[in-house]
Amino acid sequence: MVHVCTIVPISLTVGANRIIPAVAIPHPLGDPSRTPEEEVQIRRKLVLKALKALGTEIQEQTVFTD
Amino acid sequence: MSYRIVHYINQFFAGIGGEEKADHKPEAREGVVGPGLALNAAMKGRAEIVGTVICGDSYFAENMDKASAEILEMIRKFSPDAVVAGPAFNAGRYGTASGAVLEIVAKEFGIPVVGGMYPENPGAELYRKSAYIFKTSDSARGMGPAVQGMATLILKQLDGEKIGSPDEEGYIERGIRKNVFLEKVGGERAAEMLAKKLRGEPFKTEYPMPVFDRVAPNPPILDMKNAVVALVTSGGIVPKGNPDHIEASSATHYGEYSLAGVMTADEAHYETAHGGYDPTYANKNPNRVLPVDVMRQLEKEGVFKKLHEKFYATVGNGTSVGNTKKFGEEIVGKLKKDGVDAVIVTST
Repeated sequence: MVHVCTIVPISLTVGANRIIPAVAIPHPLGDPSRTPEEEVQIRRKLVLKALKALGTEIQEQTVFTD
Repeated sequence: MSYRIVHYINQFFAGIGGEEKADHKPEAREGVVGPGLALNAAMKGRAEIVGTVICGDSYFAENMDKASAEILEMIRKFSPDAVVAGPAFNAGRYGTASGAVLEIVAKEFGIPVVGGMYPENPGAELYRKSAYIFKTSDSARGMGPAVQGMATLILKQLDGEKIGSPDEEGYIERGIRKNVFLEKVGGERAAEMLAKKLRGEPFKTEYPMPVFDRVAPNPPILDMKNAVVALVTSGGIVPKGNPDHIEASSATHYGEYSLAGVMTADEAHYETAHGGYDPTYANKNPNRVLPVDVMRQLEKEGVFKKLHEKFYATVGNGTSVGNTKKFGEEIVGKLKKDGVDAVIVTST
Protein backbone atom coordinates (compact mmCIF):
# COMPACT_ATOMS: atom_id res chain seq x y z
CA MET A 1 0.00 0.00 0.00
CA VAL A 2 1.19 3.49 -0.83
CA HIS A 3 -0.37 6.63 0.65
CA VAL A 4 -0.66 9.67 -1.61
CA CYS A 5 -1.53 12.57 0.70
CA THR A 6 -0.89 16.24 1.33
CA ILE A 7 -0.31 16.37 5.09
CA VAL A 8 2.66 14.05 5.42
CA PRO A 9 2.97 14.41 9.24
CA ILE A 10 -0.50 12.90 9.69
CA SER A 11 0.36 10.01 7.39
CA LEU A 12 3.53 9.38 9.42
CA THR A 13 1.55 9.51 12.67
CA VAL A 14 -1.07 7.00 11.58
CA GLY A 15 1.66 4.65 10.37
CA ALA A 16 1.68 4.55 6.56
CA ASN A 17 4.95 3.00 5.36
CA ARG A 18 5.18 4.29 1.78
CA ILE A 19 4.18 7.96 1.50
CA ILE A 20 3.97 10.24 -1.56
CA PRO A 21 3.48 13.96 -0.81
CA ALA A 22 0.61 15.31 -2.90
CA VAL A 23 -0.29 18.72 -4.36
CA ALA A 24 -2.86 20.27 -1.99
CA ILE A 25 -5.64 19.25 0.38
CA PRO A 26 -8.65 19.90 -1.90
CA HIS A 27 -6.88 18.51 -5.00
CA PRO A 28 -4.11 16.07 -4.00
CA LEU A 29 -3.62 14.76 -7.56
CA GLY A 30 -4.34 17.87 -9.59
CA ASP A 31 -3.76 21.57 -9.88
CA PRO A 32 -6.71 23.66 -11.07
CA SER A 33 -4.41 26.60 -11.83
CA ARG A 34 -2.83 24.62 -14.69
CA THR A 35 -4.25 23.63 -18.07
CA PRO A 36 -6.10 20.28 -18.21
CA GLU A 37 -3.17 18.76 -20.13
CA GLU A 38 -0.63 19.93 -17.56
CA GLU A 39 -2.85 18.63 -14.77
CA VAL A 40 -2.96 15.16 -16.29
CA GLN A 41 0.85 15.22 -16.45
CA ILE A 42 1.07 16.19 -12.76
CA ARG A 43 -1.32 13.37 -11.85
CA ARG A 44 0.50 10.88 -14.05
CA LYS A 45 3.81 11.78 -12.45
CA LEU A 46 2.37 11.28 -8.94
CA VAL A 47 0.78 7.93 -9.80
CA LEU A 48 4.00 6.73 -11.46
CA LYS A 49 5.88 7.79 -8.34
CA ALA A 50 3.37 5.83 -6.22
CA LEU A 51 3.83 2.73 -8.38
CA LYS A 52 7.60 3.09 -8.14
CA ALA A 53 7.32 3.33 -4.34
CA LEU A 54 5.28 0.11 -4.32
CA GLY A 55 8.17 -1.55 -6.15
CA THR A 56 10.83 -0.23 -3.76
CA GLU A 57 12.24 -2.25 -0.87
CA ILE A 58 12.04 -0.29 2.41
CA GLN A 59 12.95 -1.05 6.01
CA GLU A 60 10.98 1.72 7.71
CA GLN A 61 8.43 4.49 7.05
CA THR A 62 9.62 6.26 3.92
CA VAL A 63 8.53 9.53 2.36
CA PHE A 64 9.31 9.40 -1.36
CA THR A 65 10.18 13.01 -2.05
CA ASP A 66 11.67 12.36 -5.45
CA MET B 1 -0.79 43.63 36.81
CA SER B 2 -2.31 40.91 34.69
CA TYR B 3 -0.37 38.63 32.36
CA ARG B 4 -0.46 39.28 28.61
CA ILE B 5 -1.87 36.41 26.55
CA VAL B 6 -1.91 35.94 22.78
CA HIS B 7 -4.62 33.64 21.46
CA TYR B 8 -4.28 31.62 18.23
CA ILE B 9 -7.48 30.55 16.44
CA ASN B 10 -8.49 29.42 12.93
CA GLN B 11 -10.61 31.19 10.32
CA PHE B 12 -13.75 29.34 11.38
CA PHE B 13 -13.69 30.33 15.04
CA ALA B 14 -12.73 33.87 14.03
CA GLY B 15 -16.04 34.05 12.17
CA ILE B 16 -14.31 34.62 8.82
CA GLY B 17 -15.74 31.53 7.18
CA GLY B 18 -15.60 27.76 6.78
CA GLU B 19 -13.79 25.66 4.18
CA GLU B 20 -14.20 28.33 1.49
CA LYS B 21 -12.00 30.59 3.66
CA ALA B 22 -9.53 27.92 4.82
CA ASP B 23 -6.81 29.55 2.71
CA HIS B 24 -7.03 32.74 4.83
CA LYS B 25 -3.54 34.14 5.41
CA PRO B 26 -2.26 34.89 8.95
CA GLU B 27 -3.75 37.99 10.48
CA ALA B 28 -3.30 39.71 13.86
CA ARG B 29 -6.04 41.59 15.70
CA GLU B 30 -5.98 43.54 18.94
CA GLY B 31 -7.87 41.98 21.85
CA VAL B 32 -10.24 39.03 21.84
CA VAL B 33 -11.94 37.33 18.89
CA GLY B 34 -14.56 34.54 19.08
CA PRO B 35 -13.76 31.94 21.76
CA GLY B 36 -11.23 34.39 23.25
CA LEU B 37 -14.13 36.05 25.02
CA ALA B 38 -14.90 32.91 27.04
CA LEU B 39 -11.20 32.25 27.63
CA ASN B 40 -10.69 35.77 28.89
CA ALA B 41 -13.62 35.40 31.28
CA ALA B 42 -12.20 32.09 32.57
CA MET B 43 -8.90 33.81 33.46
CA LYS B 44 -10.82 36.16 35.78
CA GLY B 45 -8.68 39.24 35.24
CA ARG B 46 -5.46 37.50 36.28
CA ALA B 47 -4.44 37.35 32.63
CA GLU B 48 -5.80 39.12 29.59
CA ILE B 49 -5.86 38.36 25.86
CA VAL B 50 -4.02 41.32 24.34
CA GLY B 51 -4.07 40.02 20.80
CA THR B 52 -5.48 37.28 18.58
CA VAL B 53 -3.66 35.69 15.65
CA ILE B 54 -5.86 34.01 13.04
CA CYS B 55 -4.86 31.68 10.22
CA GLY B 56 -6.80 29.53 7.75
CA ASP B 57 -6.33 25.79 8.35
CA SER B 58 -5.46 24.92 4.76
CA TYR B 59 -3.13 27.89 4.40
CA PHE B 60 -1.22 26.69 7.45
CA ALA B 61 -1.15 23.03 6.39
CA GLU B 62 0.12 23.85 2.91
CA ASN B 63 2.65 26.53 3.92
CA MET B 64 3.78 25.26 7.31
CA ASP B 65 7.21 26.89 7.47
CA LYS B 66 6.14 30.20 5.99
CA ALA B 67 2.94 30.40 8.05
CA SER B 68 4.79 29.50 11.27
CA ALA B 69 7.33 32.28 10.69
CA GLU B 70 4.61 34.83 9.92
CA ILE B 71 2.54 33.85 12.95
CA LEU B 72 5.57 33.85 15.23
CA GLU B 73 6.38 37.41 14.18
CA MET B 74 2.78 38.54 14.79
CA ILE B 75 2.82 36.95 18.25
CA ARG B 76 6.18 38.52 19.08
CA LYS B 77 4.82 42.02 18.43
CA PHE B 78 2.28 41.61 21.23
CA SER B 79 5.12 40.79 23.74
CA PRO B 80 3.06 38.06 25.40
CA ASP B 81 3.76 36.28 28.68
CA ALA B 82 2.02 33.16 27.35
CA VAL B 83 0.24 31.81 24.26
CA VAL B 84 -2.98 29.80 24.10
CA ALA B 85 -4.19 28.05 20.92
CA GLY B 86 -7.64 26.64 20.22
CA PRO B 87 -9.49 24.70 21.50
CA ALA B 88 -9.42 22.75 18.22
CA PHE B 89 -11.68 19.88 19.42
CA ASN B 90 -11.55 17.17 16.72
CA ALA B 91 -10.64 19.40 13.75
CA GLY B 92 -7.48 17.75 12.40
CA ARG B 93 -5.88 20.60 10.48
CA TYR B 94 -6.77 23.13 13.19
CA GLY B 95 -5.26 20.80 15.81
CA THR B 96 -2.12 20.31 13.75
CA ALA B 97 -1.76 24.06 13.15
CA SER B 98 -2.36 25.08 16.76
CA GLY B 99 0.05 22.40 18.00
CA ALA B 100 2.73 23.56 15.57
CA VAL B 101 2.27 27.19 16.68
CA LEU B 102 2.58 26.23 20.36
CA GLU B 103 5.66 24.15 19.69
CA ILE B 104 7.50 26.94 17.88
CA VAL B 105 6.43 29.59 20.43
CA ALA B 106 7.68 27.45 23.32
CA LYS B 107 10.95 26.82 21.48
CA GLU B 108 11.60 30.37 20.27
CA PHE B 109 10.27 32.45 23.17
CA GLY B 110 10.48 30.00 26.08
CA ILE B 111 7.11 31.11 27.45
CA PRO B 112 4.22 28.94 28.73
CA VAL B 113 1.80 27.57 26.13
CA VAL B 114 -1.50 25.67 26.26
CA GLY B 115 -3.70 24.07 23.62
CA GLY B 116 -6.98 22.17 23.69
CA MET B 117 -7.90 19.11 21.60
CA TYR B 118 -9.96 15.96 21.51
CA PRO B 119 -7.51 13.09 22.23
CA GLU B 120 -8.04 11.56 18.75
CA ASN B 121 -7.15 14.81 16.97
CA PRO B 122 -3.98 14.01 14.94
CA GLY B 123 -2.51 17.27 16.27
CA ALA B 124 -2.60 15.81 19.76
CA GLU B 125 -0.35 12.88 18.88
CA LEU B 126 1.98 15.18 16.94
CA TYR B 127 2.39 17.93 19.55
CA ARG B 128 1.43 16.53 22.98
CA LYS B 129 5.12 16.27 23.83
CA SER B 130 5.73 19.96 23.09
CA ALA B 131 2.79 21.56 24.92
CA TYR B 132 0.15 21.05 27.55
CA ILE B 133 -2.90 20.13 25.49
CA PHE B 134 -6.08 20.11 27.53
CA LYS B 135 -8.37 17.18 26.75
CA THR B 136 -11.60 18.49 25.22
CA SER B 137 -14.77 16.97 23.78
CA ASP B 138 -14.91 16.31 20.02
CA SER B 139 -16.97 19.40 19.15
CA ALA B 140 -17.53 23.02 20.15
CA ARG B 141 -20.37 21.89 22.40
CA GLY B 142 -17.62 21.34 24.97
CA MET B 143 -16.31 24.92 24.76
CA GLY B 144 -17.13 25.77 28.41
CA PRO B 145 -15.09 23.07 30.15
CA ALA B 146 -12.35 23.40 27.49
CA VAL B 147 -11.60 27.09 28.08
CA GLN B 148 -11.92 26.59 31.85
CA GLY B 149 -9.31 23.85 31.83
CA MET B 150 -7.01 25.73 29.45
CA ALA B 151 -7.24 28.88 31.59
CA THR B 152 -6.29 26.92 34.71
CA LEU B 153 -3.28 25.33 32.98
CA ILE B 154 -1.94 28.61 31.64
CA LEU B 155 -2.40 30.49 34.94
CA LYS B 156 -0.71 27.72 36.90
CA GLN B 157 2.29 27.87 34.58
CA LEU B 158 2.45 31.68 34.72
CA ASP B 159 2.29 31.63 38.52
CA GLY B 160 5.04 29.01 38.60
CA GLU B 161 2.79 26.49 40.33
CA LYS B 162 3.44 22.79 40.03
CA ILE B 163 1.46 21.10 37.23
CA GLY B 164 0.08 17.75 38.37
CA SER B 165 -0.23 14.53 36.41
CA PRO B 166 -2.30 14.33 33.18
CA ASP B 167 -5.11 12.68 35.16
CA GLU B 168 -5.18 15.39 37.82
CA GLU B 169 -5.01 18.33 35.42
CA GLY B 170 -6.92 16.93 32.44
CA TYR B 171 -4.24 17.39 29.77
CA ILE B 172 -3.14 14.83 27.20
CA GLU B 173 -0.27 12.74 28.43
CA ARG B 174 3.02 14.24 27.26
CA GLY B 175 5.20 11.19 27.48
CA ILE B 176 7.35 12.83 30.15
CA ARG B 177 8.65 10.49 32.82
CA LYS B 178 9.33 11.82 36.29
CA ASN B 179 11.26 10.03 38.97
CA VAL B 180 9.17 9.55 42.10
CA PHE B 181 9.65 7.53 45.26
CA LEU B 182 6.95 4.99 46.10
CA GLU B 183 6.51 2.76 49.12
CA LYS B 184 6.41 -0.44 47.10
CA VAL B 185 9.08 -1.62 44.69
CA GLY B 186 8.35 -2.20 41.00
CA GLY B 187 8.07 -5.97 41.25
CA GLU B 188 5.46 -5.74 43.96
CA ARG B 189 3.44 -3.15 42.03
CA ALA B 190 3.59 -5.24 38.85
CA ALA B 191 2.42 -8.35 40.73
CA GLU B 192 -0.49 -6.38 42.21
CA MET B 193 -1.42 -5.11 38.77
CA LEU B 194 -1.35 -8.65 37.38
CA ALA B 195 -3.51 -9.93 40.25
CA LYS B 196 -6.04 -7.16 39.58
CA LYS B 197 -6.05 -7.98 35.88
CA LEU B 198 -6.64 -11.68 36.62
CA ARG B 199 -9.54 -10.78 38.92
CA GLY B 200 -10.98 -8.53 36.21
CA GLU B 201 -10.55 -5.43 38.39
CA PRO B 202 -9.57 -2.02 37.00
CA PHE B 203 -5.88 -1.19 37.17
CA LYS B 204 -3.72 1.62 35.91
CA THR B 205 -0.63 0.94 33.86
CA GLU B 206 2.52 2.89 34.68
CA TYR B 207 3.66 2.74 31.08
CA PRO B 208 0.85 3.17 28.53
CA MET B 209 1.44 1.88 25.03
CA PRO B 210 1.03 4.20 22.01
CA VAL B 211 -2.41 4.18 20.44
CA PHE B 212 -1.48 4.00 16.75
CA ASP B 213 -0.55 0.66 15.25
CA ARG B 214 2.74 0.17 13.53
CA VAL B 215 3.11 -2.47 10.88
CA ALA B 216 6.30 -3.64 9.22
CA PRO B 217 6.57 -2.46 5.60
CA ASN B 218 5.37 -5.00 3.06
CA PRO B 219 7.89 -6.38 0.57
CA PRO B 220 7.96 -4.51 -2.75
CA ILE B 221 5.99 -5.55 -5.85
CA LEU B 222 8.73 -6.95 -8.07
CA ASP B 223 6.62 -7.65 -11.12
CA MET B 224 4.45 -4.56 -11.56
CA LYS B 225 3.65 -5.50 -15.16
CA ASN B 226 1.60 -8.40 -13.84
CA ALA B 227 0.08 -6.67 -10.82
CA VAL B 228 -3.56 -5.83 -10.17
CA VAL B 229 -3.70 -2.39 -8.55
CA ALA B 230 -6.68 -1.00 -6.61
CA LEU B 231 -7.68 2.55 -5.67
CA VAL B 232 -8.92 3.43 -2.17
CA THR B 233 -9.61 6.95 -0.93
CA SER B 234 -10.49 8.79 2.25
CA GLY B 235 -11.26 11.84 0.10
CA GLY B 236 -14.94 10.96 -0.24
CA ILE B 237 -15.19 10.35 -4.01
CA VAL B 238 -18.51 8.55 -4.62
CA PRO B 239 -20.90 8.06 -7.54
CA LYS B 240 -23.01 11.20 -8.10
CA GLY B 241 -25.77 11.45 -5.52
CA ASN B 242 -23.77 9.57 -2.84
CA PRO B 243 -25.93 6.42 -3.04
CA ASP B 244 -24.67 4.98 0.27
CA HIS B 245 -25.10 8.28 2.12
CA ILE B 246 -21.54 8.36 3.42
CA GLU B 247 -21.47 11.08 6.06
CA ALA B 248 -19.67 14.37 5.31
CA SER B 249 -17.88 13.96 8.64
CA SER B 250 -17.48 11.25 11.31
CA ALA B 251 -18.18 8.56 8.71
CA THR B 252 -19.70 5.35 10.00
CA HIS B 253 -19.24 3.38 6.78
CA TYR B 254 -17.44 3.18 3.43
CA GLY B 255 -18.63 2.47 -0.10
CA GLU B 256 -17.61 -0.15 -2.67
CA TYR B 257 -18.12 0.95 -6.28
CA SER B 258 -17.60 -0.61 -9.67
CA LEU B 259 -15.00 0.78 -12.06
CA ALA B 260 -15.90 -1.68 -14.83
CA GLY B 261 -15.81 0.25 -18.10
CA VAL B 262 -15.09 3.52 -16.30
CA MET B 263 -12.30 5.39 -18.12
CA THR B 264 -12.35 8.57 -16.03
CA ALA B 265 -13.89 9.86 -12.78
CA ASP B 266 -15.73 12.72 -14.48
CA GLU B 267 -17.96 15.34 -12.91
CA ALA B 268 -21.07 13.94 -14.58
CA HIS B 269 -20.81 10.65 -12.68
CA TYR B 270 -18.77 11.31 -9.53
CA GLU B 271 -18.55 13.83 -6.70
CA THR B 272 -17.08 14.13 -3.23
CA ALA B 273 -19.05 13.45 -0.06
CA HIS B 274 -16.27 14.93 2.11
CA GLY B 275 -17.27 17.90 4.27
CA GLY B 276 -13.81 18.80 5.51
CA TYR B 277 -12.33 20.56 2.49
CA ASP B 278 -13.57 22.92 -0.22
CA PRO B 279 -15.25 20.47 -2.65
CA THR B 280 -15.12 22.79 -5.70
CA TYR B 281 -12.02 21.23 -7.28
CA ALA B 282 -12.87 17.60 -6.53
CA ASN B 283 -16.42 18.01 -7.83
CA LYS B 284 -15.20 19.70 -11.00
CA ASN B 285 -12.79 16.86 -11.72
CA PRO B 286 -12.96 13.91 -9.27
CA ASN B 287 -9.77 12.46 -10.89
CA ARG B 288 -7.95 15.07 -8.78
CA VAL B 289 -8.69 12.83 -5.78
CA LEU B 290 -9.33 9.42 -7.37
CA PRO B 291 -6.95 9.24 -10.37
CA VAL B 292 -8.98 6.86 -12.56
CA ASP B 293 -8.04 8.65 -15.81
CA VAL B 294 -4.27 8.18 -15.52
CA MET B 295 -4.65 4.70 -14.01
CA ARG B 296 -6.46 3.72 -17.23
CA GLN B 297 -3.69 5.30 -19.33
CA LEU B 298 -1.00 3.41 -17.44
CA GLU B 299 -2.99 0.17 -17.58
CA LYS B 300 -3.27 0.55 -21.35
CA GLU B 301 0.47 1.20 -21.60
CA GLY B 302 1.14 -1.98 -19.64
CA VAL B 303 2.84 -0.32 -16.65
CA PHE B 304 0.70 -2.68 -14.54
CA LYS B 305 -1.67 -5.44 -15.59
CA LYS B 306 -5.04 -4.26 -14.43
CA LEU B 307 -6.86 -1.58 -12.47
CA HIS B 308 -9.02 -3.46 -9.97
CA GLU B 309 -12.65 -3.28 -11.06
CA LYS B 310 -13.84 -1.84 -7.75
CA PHE B 311 -12.77 1.12 -5.69
CA TYR B 312 -13.43 1.85 -2.02
CA ALA B 313 -14.18 5.25 -0.54
CA THR B 314 -14.90 6.83 2.79
CA VAL B 315 -14.67 10.28 4.34
CA GLY B 316 -11.67 10.89 6.59
CA ASN B 317 -13.07 13.90 8.41
CA GLY B 318 -13.35 13.60 12.18
CA THR B 319 -13.85 9.88 11.56
CA SER B 320 -12.86 7.87 14.61
CA VAL B 321 -9.75 5.73 14.60
CA GLY B 322 -11.92 2.83 15.75
CA ASN B 323 -14.17 3.12 12.70
CA THR B 324 -11.35 3.58 10.20
CA LYS B 325 -9.54 0.57 11.57
CA LYS B 326 -12.65 -1.52 11.04
CA PHE B 327 -13.10 -0.14 7.47
CA GLY B 328 -9.46 -0.86 6.69
CA GLU B 329 -9.64 -4.44 7.90
CA GLU B 330 -12.80 -5.14 5.89
CA ILE B 331 -11.48 -3.50 2.73
CA VAL B 332 -8.18 -5.38 2.94
CA GLY B 333 -10.11 -8.64 3.33
CA LYS B 334 -12.10 -7.93 0.16
CA LEU B 335 -9.07 -6.80 -1.85
CA LYS B 336 -7.14 -9.93 -0.89
CA LYS B 337 -10.04 -12.17 -1.80
CA ASP B 338 -10.23 -10.46 -5.20
CA GLY B 339 -6.54 -11.08 -5.86
CA VAL B 340 -5.38 -7.45 -5.70
CA ASP B 341 -1.60 -7.12 -5.44
CA ALA B 342 -1.18 -3.45 -4.54
CA VAL B 343 -3.23 -0.47 -3.37
CA ILE B 344 -2.90 3.26 -3.89
CA VAL B 345 -4.66 5.14 -1.08
CA THR B 346 -5.34 8.82 -1.66
CA SER B 347 -6.17 11.33 1.09
CA THR B 348 -7.19 14.95 1.01
